[in-house]
Amino acid sequence: MDLTRLSAAQLAEKIHSREVSAVEAAQAHLDRIAEVDGTVHAFLHVATEAALASAALVDAGLDAGAPPASPLAGVPLALKDVFTTADMPTTCGSKILEGWRPPYDATVTSRLRAAGITILGKTNMDEFAMGSSTEHSAYGPTRNPWDTGRIPGGSGGGSAAVLAAFEAPLAIGTDTGGSIRQPAAMTGTVGVKPTYGGVSRYGLVACASSLDQGGPCTRTVLDAALLHEVIAGHDPLDSTSIDAPVPAVVEAARAGAAGDLGGVRVGVVRELGGEGYQPGVERAYRAAVERLEKLGAEVVEVSCPHFQYGLAAYYLILPSEVSSNLARFDAMRYGLRVDAGASAEEVMALTREAGFGPEVKRRIILGTYALSSGYYDAYYGQAQKVRTLISRDFAAAFEQADVLVSPTAPTTAFRIGDKVDDPLAMYLNDLATIPTNLAGTAAMSVPCGLAEEDGLPVGLQIMAPALGEAQMYRVGAAYEAARDADDDLPLIQRVPTLEVSR
Amino acid sequence: MSADSPGTISRDEVAHLARLARLAVTDRELDLFAGQLDVILGAVARVGEVAADDIPPTSHAVPLENVFRPDERRPGLSQEQALACAPAAEDGRFRVPQILGEEA
Repeated sequence: MDLTRLSAAQLAEKIHSREVSAVEAAQAHLDRIAEVDGTVHAFLHVATEAALASAALVDAGLDAGAPPASPLAGVPLALKDVFTTADMPTTCGSKILEGWRPPYDATVTSRLRAAGITILGKTNMDEFAMGSSTEHSAYGPTRNPWDTGRIPGGSGGGSAAVLAAFEAPLAIGTDTGGSIRQPAAMTGTVGVKPTYGGVSRYGLVACASSLDQGGPCTRTVLDAALLHEVIAGHDPLDSTSIDAPVPAVVEAARAGAAGDLGGVRVGVVRELGGEGYQPGVERAYRAAVERLEKLGAEVVEVSCPHFQYGLAAYYLILPSEVSSNLARFDAMRYGLRVDAGASAEEVMALTREAGFGPEVKRRIILGTYALSSGYYDAYYGQAQKVRTLISRDFAAAFEQADVLVSPTAPTTAFRIGDKVDDPLAMYLNDLATIPTNLAGTAAMSVPCGLAEEDGLPVGLQIMAPALGEAQMYRVGAAYEAARDADDDLPLIQRVPTLEVSR
Repeated sequence: MSADSPGTISRDEVAHLARLARLAVTDRELDLFAGQLDVILGAVARVGEVAADDIPPTSHAVPLENVFRPDERRPGLSQEQALACAPAAEDGRFRVPQILGEEA
């Protein structure tokens, strides 16, 4: 039996019934990483010893008759390298934090540890989560397991690629403008952006604080729900954390898998499609909507007229917050210092020049501009008003529908190098995912087949109101079950075999 | 942005912004960024097309309220932890380069 091919739920069952040990599960995935990560490059750091030690603790507890610490105790996970870990480096894909060992764990990290989940290591990402392809990592791009000449999406390309390469059944990503969902779509995996405030940002190195949100990355909807319940919930250490019960997403996913969507209203967003969307993506998406209808959902068309301004508003708000947040990298307290200048100010400027990559610099400069007096009202101020209008569009649409759907991304995975020198073309990847971040609502991407023209995965985006995750998981699980029942085998099992190095 | 419209942002402005943001960018980067930022600004200027005079701005998706906690002492980082990753430390403090320039 190949332990790496199981879902997290299946693997947990085997570990908790003592059919396999947590150490065996960890070792199987560490072996797989050793075999394929030279090709995929999804990991920036593999914590072999810490992972095995953590798994051994889970085994010791279970062997002593203690109940598992969580439904996922003993299951291996890959953590995006933007969450602090006291026992592993945290680089955010940047040279400015190369080798940095944070003095504390992020709340997400602590919750994973408390749940007995085995952290295998840290995953590659676009520098400080700025990018849609993982090509902006200072440590080199991650490759898409479906076609290693292509990008796995970004910024969380590493966390998505580990799943498609069977290097881990669970991963954590962060989604500021689509960085969990778009990579999920590119790699045929599941990715969830929870409601803003649903998962603590304490110890999540900030990109854009009003948009950043951590969430689960998995191969199945149920696995995402299980991981969601581990990491979500109120945290006094994050002032934007929502002090309300976590939606019952596991129950919803299990109910959804029964396949009845009777009484659920699904809104098709008119503005998220058409020009700029690849024909094969649109066809797979339309087939998915038909399938939802067959499951009993009532499909209605909704209009969100201000979504077309979402990209523009986002690329003003995000750089503005970035220019402020990244001021902390000042070469004084931690991180890189280029000790060549005569004054602190010169050292700072030389360090930031050497430590940041081009996309980060572009966005810092853009944000500095958008916040300048004289431009503030026309750019940042106006973008914040558009943000209000997008939230109102969502509110109106959710009067007519319980969940909204669209393609997750306009295209399938593109070739490495294709868009890296054209920032605007890169930004267009986030067209359909950005409105959710601006409104602070929830959304997920579930694989919905392969595009006819290139045989690459397509993602179905399901969007829900704030704290409306249960309905979203129900629809996602129902769709996934129906898709797998019609196909010969689950979509993810169709990933081409990676060349194994031994 | 159409070819005949004037650029939104000049190379000199980009150089000024980079100085404000403490980025010692190279001449080559300035050439590259000025062109790219002009294209990006041309695209994001679309937000101006929306009539929104009477629309309140949203800074945050969740209404922000001041959050209090009990006024109790809690352990923080130790001095050793705080200095562990410092580029330079001396006598239990961060060692930094000269703050003021020669002419100050």
